[in-house]
Amino acid sequence: MKPAPFDYAAPATRQEVLEALAVAPDGTRVLAGGQSLVLEMNQRAARPHRLVDINNVADFDRLEVDRAEQDGGWLRVGALVRHRAFEQPVESGPLGRLLARTAHFIAHPPVRSRGTLLGSLAYAHPTGEWPTLAVTLGAELVLASADGTRTLDAESFLIGPFTTALRPGELLEEARFPLLRPTTGTAFVELRRTAASFAHLSAATALSVEDGIVVDVRLGMAGIAPQPVRARDAEHRLVGRPPTDSVIAEAATVAAAGVTDPPPDPHSGSAYRRHAATVLAERALVKARQDISEEVERP
Amino acid sequence: MRISLTVNGEKFRLEVEPRRTLADALREDCGLTGTHLGCEHGVCGACTVQVDDSAVRSCLMFAVQCDGHTVRTVEGLAAPDGTPHPLQSAFTAEHALQCGFCTPGFLMLAAAALDEDPAITDDPDRLRELLTSNLCRCTGYESIRRAVRRAADMPGPPD
Ligand SMILES: Cc1cc2nc3c(=O)[nH]c(=O)nc-3n(C[C@H](O)[C@H](O)[C@H](O)COP(=O)(O)OP(=O)(O)OC[C@H]3O[C@@H](n4cnc5c(N)ncnc54)[C@H](O)[C@@H]3O)c2cc1C
Ligand code: FES
Ligand code: FES
Repeated sequence: MKPAPFDYAAPATRQEVLEALAVAPDGTRVLAGGQSLVLEMNQRAARPHRLVDINNVADFDRLEVDRAEQDGGWLRVGALVRHRAFEQPVESGPLGRLLARTAHFIAHPPVRSRGTLLGSLAYAHPTGEWPTLAVTLGAELVLASADGTRTLDAESFLIGPFTTALRPGELLEEARFPLLRPTTGTAFVELRRTAASFAHLSAATALSVEDGIVVDVRLGMAGIAPQPVRARDAEHRLVGRPPTDSVIAEAATVAAAGVTDPPPDPHSGSAYRRHAATVLAERALVKARQDISEEVERP
Repeated sequence: MRISLTVNGEKFRLEVEPRRTLADALREDCGLTGTHLGCEHGVCGACTVQVDDSAVRSCLMFAVQCDGHTVRTVEGLAAPDGTPHPLQSAFTAEHALQCGFCTPGFLMLAAAALDEDPAITDDPDRLRELLTSNLCRCTGYESIRRAVRRAADMPGPPD
């Protein structure tokens, strides 16, 4: 099908974007990569009255590593940084490697050369790779409107399937991912039917081990709840212990048990999902442990 | 809206509604029907064209977004004297098409990838990842894969 009619604006500056969004906030949508929005408009599942195309704003493709801060630093991603930019590591540490591993799961090259990381967060697919990673790593999101800016953590931003805390007239302007300490191994694993479909389930982890003991760990899962979640109980099981096979297996079981009833779909019922969640959590942790020995040199 | 875009080296000035996709503008307004539309969902890749040298889904872009930009379609692959692009010769040689519906999309996908990095054909995983982008319901993908590899070994494109 073809999209319903709409008005179109393509401002060239941040200020003009925010003003354009403020004109008639309710029927207006931001057009970023268009790789979800335009297809919804083709299906007429979305019928915005007005699109504000942000592709002409020069400095929205900013991608910066900010090491100045005392708390380890951040990778700051602007609203026009495409999935493709992450295929090669954007920084030399574990975060750059994790983003590169994850980018390859997203659709395929032509979609990756248009779609944006922030667009994925705003679209909030329940198993979108970037939302899963943002929750896992505790990314902070900067939302801007004509009235000013506010910052939310990813868990407060993603409030349900295809539902975010964005208010009408707001632009998601920046995502900040915390840099990971050098002793961190990472993994992103998932279960999906085809390269062109979204994942059924996925697990992401960042595991820091020092002197043979887990000093910090993040474990995030998607496809087991309405939106990506962090498996905090499982994280607590790991910290302070050596990442042995049995400790990892125990944590993985806890990760899947803490899950609210996984949403069933025609390809995978709830019981299957719960089982698969254990397997994926375990796989992710084992891979991350292996990543440490390969990339960091085991202490 | 009034827009102007360069398609295969030719300048087109068009009057289009914002909702006109690039695919429809190419087919209906520019008369370039080599770009095919299958799903209009970004899945099949039949509509793949190059915008400013990168391969994109023309069903998921609006024509107004290409104002001032450069587009290349399958009609722009062969040399002006009609000499086929190496990929076109290779697709013929390897029988990489049957009905041909998917072919323009595969050609534009592969042409962009080879222009960017011809070494992609040396890495089976990268080539496979690239070719998962598009769907072909006739030939199977093996002949398409062989064709892209063959094209990479042929003398450079005519332009
Ligand atoms: C065939 C196919 C397969 C795909 N497979 C996957 C996959 O495996 N995994 C995956 O994660 N994704 C997948 N996608 C979706 C893709 O990643 C999209 O790029 C992404 O979901 C949306 O990003 P976008 O930049 O294209 O946003 P758009 O499509 O432009 O926008 C999506 C929504 O977010 C809003 N929005 C976008 N940017 C902003 C912003 N900065 N501020 C406020 N609102 C904003 C828009 O208004 C709209 O509501 C696939 C898409 C296709 C076509
Ligand atoms: S028609 Fe564009 S991807 Fe199928
Ligand atoms: S040749 Fe018929 S779809 Fe590919």
